[in-house]
Amino acid sequence: MKRISSTKLYQGLNLTSFSLVMVFLYIPILILVIFSFNNAKIITGWKGFTLKYYAQLWDNDNIKQAFWNTMLIAGLSTLFSTVFGILTALGLENKKFSGRRLISGLIYIPLVIPDILMGVSLALLFNFTRVNTGMFTVLIAHITFCISYTVIVINSRLEGFDYSLVEAAMDLGAKPATIFWKVKLPLMLPGIIAAALLAFTLSIDDFIITFFTSGRGFDTLPIYVEGTIRRGTITTINSLSTLMIGFTLFLVIITKRIRKILISSL
Amino acid sequence: MEEIRIERISKDFDGFVAVNDVSLTIGSGELFSFLGPSGCGKTTLLRMIAGFESPSNGRILIGNTDITDIAPYNRQVNTIFQNYSLFPHMTVFDNVAFGLRIRKTPKSEIKDRVGEMLALVKMEDQAAKYPDQLSGGMKQRIAIARALINKPKVLLLDEPLAALDLKLRQHMLIELMNIHDAVGITFIYVTHDQSEAMSISDRVAVMNYGSIVQAGPPDDIYERPNSIFSAYFIGETNLITGEVTGIEDDYLQLKCPDGAEGFFEIDSTFHFQPTVGKQLTVSLRPEKIALSRSKPRYQDDINMLRGTIEDILYLGSHTQYIVRVGALKFRVFSQHKRVYFDEKALDWEEQVWLFWHDTDTWLIDEIPDSSLGNKEQPDTGVNHFQRSAKRLTQV
Repeated sequence: MKRISSTKLYQGLNLTSFSLVMVFLYIPILILVIFSFNNAKIITGWKGFTLKYYAQLWDNDNIKQAFWNTMLIAGLSTLFSTVFGILTALGLENKKFSGRRLISGLIYIPLVIPDILMGVSLALLFNFTRVNTGMFTVLIAHITFCISYTVIVINSRLEGFDYSLVEAAMDLGAKPATIFWKVKLPLMLPGIIAAALLAFTLSIDDFIITFFTSGRGFDTLPIYVEGTIRRGTITTINSLSTLMIGFTLFLVIITKRIRKILISSL
Repeated sequence: MEEIRIERISKDFDGFVAVNDVSLTIGSGELFSFLGPSGCGKTTLLRMIAGFESPSNGRILIGNTDITDIAPYNRQVNTIFQNYSLFPHMTVFDNVAFGLRIRKTPKSEIKDRVGEMLALVKMEDQAAKYPDQLSGGMKQRIAIARALINKPKVLLLDEPLAALDLKLRQHMLIELMNIHDAVGITFIYVTHDQSEAMSISDRVAVMNYGSIVQAGPPDDIYERPNSIFSAYFIGETNLITGEVTGIEDDYLQLKCPDGAEGFFEIDSTFHFQPTVGKQLTVSLRPEKIALSRSKPRYQDDINMLRGTIEDILYLGSHTQYIVRVGALKFRVFSQHKRVYFDEKALDWEEQVWLFWHDTDTWLIDEIPDSSLGNKEQPDTGVNHFQRSAKRLTQV
């Protein structure tokens, strides 16, 4: 019998565990993608290729509405939470600001609070203040939970910031505003883009908080999907999910490009 | 072209006095260095000239303009930072053009002047690269070009060569001197490296504890140190401390704390007149002392001591000998004037004569504990001497 050297054994084990992780991560997604083209109402086996569920998706006004709602909420909450994130991170950078530790502590807390608590408390707040639930309340809720993430991402970028670059710019004749636009912002940009992307993805797939703050009549995609699956129609959901996967991949790919374009334009 | 006047400048950081009542005039076009150990206040002084720190007291003038309260971006002063601080998101060209663009210089002029500057620092072919594609020496050149393009009245250099390796450092020193000659403006150079400061500067200010200990041309500071700190910090030296017990013309008798006495021939045209009963220190540079197997012919301006070689360190260009004279240890640098192997080299435990000219016996009107004692540099020559020199032998 051949002896297997221990390094080979470890290599084998590594490869096996790596493959298993990959299988568990991507097999379900792969199945979902494949079955979105399956010509069958339920997942029982391959019944032939079809695009009819994509067509149904296109014809379904509810889905279209939910899609546009999601995009609107995601876009606006990304915009607001990123801008607030930049401002907060810059404020927290100021070492003379005495409330700095308290505020940064308060910003971290929403990260560890369960979504359901956040959803319920927001729902109670809106109920208490008699604000009608709908697009507006969902937007407020999304901005609220996204800010924590954007502040942390942008802040970590600022922590490694070489302050002597600001001094160098000042030395070369740049006034504070110019330094911000020409030196500080471009160097923060990778952090800002990462923060915006994170906020966007958090917003488009949030279910729990949206569920508690949307009320009737304002559906985002996750809310719509949940409702549809409850009623048992899974086929259009497969194709919808496939489109969303494609969209996310597209976002990841263009991020690098966006960064380059933004940096060179500043 | 105007001179820089620093008038009674102090800087206090929450009770820590970084710069203590410094007054200084730096001439137009001069290459002036601040030299001192870390924490001596040299960088703080430079940063106050640049405008990054505002002094607690005093004022700074360029020509007749008081710049003390002028913001850094309105000063006609530019800085080379220790880590270069090039903008990582800009190309070399954009880095160098930064100052001109802020002043809204026309595009065609920017192109010409950046080209000129890159030529001055020999980096014409690197304009399109980003800083992280450049070596340390190249970044240094770009930093110089980026500063000089603004035609400052003064260029401040904060330990500009600290991050470079030895060979490159020596090369860049010469480059810096050439650039200084080419642009003709005032350079203020901060360093803790005495050889850098000595080789590049017109004048050097030796600093310790926030004050200027001595300012003057490098050779003046080296040959005529006014204090133990200057003598020790610049180059190496042998220091002998004691009380004057007798003076006759140019002949000084010195008594060490433990009671032993020694005699020194001193230059009678000395900068201060020692009196009997005075405590003072003798500084003797290791390269001024000659070693000989045979007793030198007597001359009345020569000091002679007999000692034993205790240690020999061959260093290529010269050999360092540690010679024991009684309980005293002298460091002696001896150059190899002929081919080294032709000489019969001195050996360990060999008896030798040490001798030096009376003008090289330099008296310092100071005794150790009062002035030295920068805690960051515990291993000073004085301490070394005090440990070993319990007794000074008769000559």
